[in-house]
Amino acid sequence: MKSLADLHALRDKLKSDLKLRKESGTKIIIGMGTCGIAAGAREVMAAVLDELARRHLTDVQVQQTGCIGMCDKEVLLDVLRPGEARITYGNVKPEDVSKIIANHVVNGNIVEDMVVGKIENK
Amino acid sequence: MGELALNILDLAQNAVAAQATLIRIEVAENEEGFLVFRIADNGRGMEQSFLEKVRDPFVTTRTTRKVGMGIPLVDMAAQQCGGRMDITSRPGKGTEVTASFRRDNIDCPPLGDVAGSIAVLLAGAPATDVLFSYKGSRGDFVFDSRNIREELGEACDFSHPELAAWVRAYLQQEIDRVKEEGRAI
Ligand SMILES: Nc1ncnc2c1ncn2[C@@H]1O[C@H](COP(=O)(O)OP(=O)(O)OP(=O)(O)O)[C@@H](O)[C@H]1O
Ligand code: FES
Ligand SMILES: [Mg+2]
Repeated sequence: MKSLADLHALRDKLKSDLKLRKESGTKIIIGMGTCGIAAGAREVMAAVLDELARRHLTDVQVQQTGCIGMCDKEVLLDVLRPGEARITYGNVKPEDVSKIIANHVVNGNIVEDMVVGKIENK
Repeated sequence: MGELALNILDLAQNAVAAQATLIRIEVAENEEGFLVFRIADNGRGMEQSFLEKVRDPFVTTRTTRKVGMGIPLVDMAAQQCGGRMDITSRPGKGTEVTASFRRDNIDCPPLGDVAGSIAVLLAGAPATDVLFSYKGSRGDFVFDSRNIREELGEACDFSHPELAAWVRAYLQQEIDRVKEEGRAI
């Protein structure tokens, strides 16, 4: 049974993560335009949040972006590690999420066969 | 889109794009057999002349694609199942979209995962507040993100995986409590 009283217990955890989340800088960005949502962006974002919670990767930030004009490759998910190139993955399904997080977010190894775009870090 | 909850998420994203700080989302099962939802925001709003043509997919202020599909999709879905969509908007004040769907119409999409839509909406736009209400046949339920923000103070971060998971589970539990029994929504 969930109740607002749970927030009391959550507060300390959220507070201690606050600083960590500001400093870490690793970001996962999901395209939430209409065609993104129609292609499953909500499920992909939910899968990302679940996987980060499961692995206690609470220092990774999840963000959304609107349409970037690659509608046929939705769902689009970008991984941006500090100091590294911004990698865009395309046609992402919820079941791809754990692979992307384990390989790229955690270990820095790009999942090459799913990459649809790359922006070099200047 | 297959699920009205996805249309709701998409319309709420229009409000986020319009710089809304508060989005009111109401879902109601009414006595006449309709499912009605309303999304009202305090964002930048639209001029009357623009509003008159916004059901047309070729009307959009987006720059990355020449068509805007969000509103036309809701308009079409509502009309297909014996309902309708209305929009009112005032520049600088905000926008309100109301749509109704006849639930016993075979073309009426299921409501789907509203709890997931709201949790993901807050996770993706954690500075925006959401006032969500669900009027079901067994009771009403209201969720106000501002209460959570107040309770958690500066620690409040709706994009934190654990808070997002709590929001989703809490909303699901409360929707299940008040929605019409035995109906898969
Ligand atoms: N809540 C709102 N507040 C202010 N303007 C809005 C709002 N909703 C829609 N609009 C305006 O109406 C236009 C059309 O909206 P619609 O959702 O149909 O398409 P879009 O958002 O442009 O593109 P898409 O939804 O396909 O990603 C938007 O570009 C925006 O200018
Ligand atoms: S809305 Fe997804 S790239 Fe256009
Ligand atoms: Mg839209």
